Formats: sequence, structure tokens, C-alpha cells
Amino acid sequence: MAESKITLEQVRHVALLARLKLSPEEETRLVADMSSMLGYVEKLNELKTDDIPPTAQVGEPGTPMRDDAVTNQPAPEDMLANAPARSGGFFKVPKIIE
Amino acid sequence: MSDLTKLTIAEAQAKLRKHEISARELTRACLDRIAAVEPMLNAFITVTEREALEQADAADQRLASNDAPPLCGIPLGIKDIYATRGVKTTCASKILENFVPPFDATVIAKLRAEGAVFVGKANMDEFAMGSSTENSAFGPTRNPHDLERVAGGSSGGSAAAVAAYECLASLGTDTGGSIREPASFCGVVGIKPTYSRVSRYGVIAYASSLDQVGPFARTVRDAAIMLRALAGIDRSDSTCSARAVPDYERALTGDVKGLRIGVPKEYFVEGMQTEVEKSVREALAALQKAGARTVDISLPHTPYAVAAYYLIATAEASANLARYDGIRFGLRVPAENNIELYEKSRAQGFGAEVKRRIMLGTFALSAGYYDAYYLKGQKVRTLIRRDFERAFESCDVVMAPVAPTTAFKLGEKTDDPLTMYLSDIFTISVNLAGLPGMSIPCGYDNAGLPIGLQIIGAPFSEETMFRVGDAYEKLGAFKPRQMKI
Repeated sequence: MAESKITLEQVRHVALLARLKLSPEEETRLVADMSSMLGYVEKLNELKTDDIPPTAQVGEPGTPMRDDAVTNQPAPEDMLANAPARSGGFFKVPKIIE
Repeated sequence: MSDLTKLTIAEAQAKLRKHEISARELTRACLDRIAAVEPMLNAFITVTEREALEQADAADQRLASNDAPPLCGIPLGIKDIYATRGVKTTCASKILENFVPPFDATVIAKLRAEGAVFVGKANMDEFAMGSSTENSAFGPTRNPHDLERVAGGSSGGSAAAVAAYECLASLGTDTGGSIREPASFCGVVGIKPTYSRVSRYGVIAYASSLDQVGPFARTVRDAAIMLRALAGIDRSDSTCSARAVPDYERALTGDVKGLRIGVPKEYFVEGMQTEVEKSVREALAALQKAGARTVDISLPHTPYAVAAYYLIATAEASANLARYDGIRFGLRVPAENNIELYEKSRAQGFGAEVKRRIMLGTFALSAGYYDAYYLKGQKVRTLIRRDFERAFESCDVVMAPVAPTTAFKLGEKTDDPLTMYLSDIFTISVNLAGLPGMSIPCGYDNAGLPIGLQIIGAPFSEETMFRVGDAYEKLGAFKPRQMKI
């Protein structure tokens, strides 16, 4: 196995950013898998790209505009139907202010 | 098996219009076929029998009054990534296991308006992340040509369902090859249209600068009929093109005289299955005999496409999947505080591959690594686009294999993510460049597994792509074989 491209601490930091609670087994596995991928993508460094502009999207240029008009009727019951927890017409979440 | 299930869309349209068959009979035949083969294949996560029969009856009423749009009464499979009002939409993930959308994706609404019949929601890799449909939270789909092998992915259920006559056509999505690779593995036609040709509104997002909607069908003509119904401007998707939608069927002239076919040397590489190369070369020879000519071209940045893709796609995925937080919909794991609620819900809801991609993408976008990884990937994407722009100065279409091998065995590549990622080596560049691509069956390997020919066009040249694919079919060089199931 090639040298590790990412440490266990880095994996834990990224997991925190990504809001994923990983098990110790998952952390170990991710150190290996991410190292392997990061090693593979290093081949991009064979290419000199200093003067190359990045491509962020490949669609039609520009952003079409439309009227900011309401097109749907209010349907709170539809919107709340998938709520994991609700209270009356509200989504229920754990307390966020002490 | 009822012969009705073997009809093409074009044939079924004619029979429905002449009232030789009813939409209900056709739908019933597909549902019976589903009941017979699903225990073996697992191509569907949800079969919508009751809804399908209701849609069929409504279609029969329209057909009776001779007011029938092209897809009226045609049974279709829908990848479980499309929001379908009132029908569970899981994206093959535990996190959306019980999600019932309150709205239809734009393409679903369009198909409904045409009177199409939806027989079920097709299996897929979780959040469209995978090349084998083994990453589904609801079990893998098996290849109808060999039940020990994968159907390809991520739209494996949609491809297998069409191949196994469970429906006449289906919808998939293609972010890095997720329509073309399973089409190749299952021996059906698969279309990845030009980026922005079809609305993505209501299609659960994976990597938004790459995702595109497209059909599977058993003939090029059927795929053309499907794309006409799907394509076109949508005010709910600002990335969707305003260009007029051609009548793709009119492009099917069968004429390839003078057509210049670019053959990229980078797509015929060491390590690819010999029968795949042989079949693709035979297809090229058949088209040459019909009046096309081949041009040797080079797409020099091809070897960098997979690396660029896995930085860009995972970065976009990490942002798109941030919405699954257990608050408004989806799985919630109770916790003391909100942060813990997010972390636990996401940890339990997402499978291993989705977590891997979220992690890689979050890393590629994180402070200190953005330039070296994400930005570098985007710059290489420019080089890959330019390769194709240059190539299309000397040819009308590019032809290559869809995948370096035929369908692999279940479990063969699940231990090493990188090996799995390399199955998409010939399809990924097309997404990075935003081009249209087609997979069309062109042969079988020694084990009897289908091989796909890939036809790649310049942006918005779907008519050319369809014309060439249809002309190849009409040559009769490829003879489809009977499946065992």
C-alpha cells in the first residue's frame, strides 16, 4: 500500500464538515479509500494548467430570467406530509436555544 | 411470455391506434412479465400495478376518441430518482425509504400529459453513485442475460427492465455513464442527451453540472420517440435549453453516405476485452461499407477524465446531499441536539459509497485543498472539452466502445472503489464536455454477453446521432439473440 495521502485526523475533520458520524471501522476504511483516490487523481498534476480557465458548467451561456410569479397554491399539508416529526403546522426539531 | 411485451413503441402505437390492442392489455402483459421475472432480476424498487392500470384505462379512453399523443398507453419504467407525485421515490437510499413526493418531475408531468403508463420505479445505485446497481439499499439488479452478472449502473434497473420486456422503454439518468454503461451491459439502446437538452426539475440531484435525463429503449426509433417527449424548455430548470426540439424520428433516413466517423485512438487501449474491440471495429466496417468513412482522431486528455470527474462530481455531490438532514423529510435519528441529529441521520441513512463520495467531495472543496483538487479538476475539464471541439472539426460523430468490458460478475468490483470507477473510463468524458452520447448493441462476447457501440455527437446534434444509430440498426449487422429468461 502506497503512503497515506490523508490522515485519520483529517478524515475526522472532513466527517465533521460533512456532518457524518462515522464508526471507527468506517474511519479506517476511509483513510485507505480516500488515500487511494487522492493518489490516483495526482495524475492530473502531469498536466500544466496555469493558463487554462476552469469549466464550471457546459450548458447554454447566460441565465434565463422569468417573472417572479406564484405558480402553485399553498399546500401546507402536502409539504408537511414527509416531516419526520411535526407539531401542528410546524416541523418539529430538537431545542436549538438554551 | 406474451408477445405484446416484445412490441416496440412504434409497433404498439400503431396497434393501439388501430384498436387492435388496448393499453390495458399491453399494461397487463408487462405487469404479468414483471411478476414472472422480478424475483430473479430485482429491476424495480416499487411496482405500481394499481396506478398503471388506472393510467392504462385513461389512455384507452383517449385512444377511443382518437385523441392520443405519441406515448399514450405505452408502459414505461421510471428510475427511482424521479419525483413521482404520490408514489414513493427512494433514490435507492435508506434516507428516502419512505419519501412520497408532493410533486412530479417535469419529465414525469410531460409523460403523464401524453398518457404514458408507469409500471414502476426502477432500481439504481444509491443516489446514482455507482456502475453496477450493487449500491442500491434494496439489493442489486441482476443482468437478464446472465443472472450472476450486474446490469450495470447507476440506471441498472431501467436497463434490465427494458431488456427483459418488463416495459417498452424507461427513463434513466447519466452523470458519468449511468445510462450508456447499463445499456451496453443489458443490450439495449441508451441515450444521454446534450447537457441542458432535458429538464432536471424533480430529478434528485447528484452532480448538477453533469447530470442529464435520458431514455432506454429497444430500438433507436423508440429512443427518438422518447427523447422528443422529454426534451424542451422548462421554466422550473434555469439550466434547461430554450432551443426548439426537433422531430427526431424525421432524422431516421438510414443514410450515412459521406458521414465522417472519428475513431479516437485513446479509446482502444490495452487491457480492454478483445471481443469488445472486435465488435466495435466490425460495426465501423459495416458503416464504411454503407458509405461512411472513418477518420483517425486523438482525444489526448482521455486518460485524465476519470480523475477530473471524481473531483468535480464528488464536490457537487457533497453540496447537493447536504439537504438530507432529517429535518423536513427523510430519515431522522433522534438526538439531543441538532448537530448530532444531522450526523446520526446521515450516518444511518447513507450507504458506504455515498459516504465515500461525500467525504472525497467535502475534502476537495475544503480550505487549503480547493485549488489543488477541485479547481484543478475544472481546468482539466476545459482541456477535455477542447479535445472534442477540435475533433469535431474533422468528423461528424465519434465512435468508440461504451465500456472496456462486458457485464462483470456481482461482487467482482465491490471491494475496490477505484476499479469500479474505471468501468466508466469511456463514458465520463462525454459528461464533462456536455455532449450527447448513445449506446447501441453491436455484438456479443464469447460468453453471450452484449457489447455496446458508443456514438458521440457535437452539442445538440442528437439528430445526427439518431440517424447514424438507426442506419446501423437497419444494416442488420447486429443480430439480437433470445434471452434465457
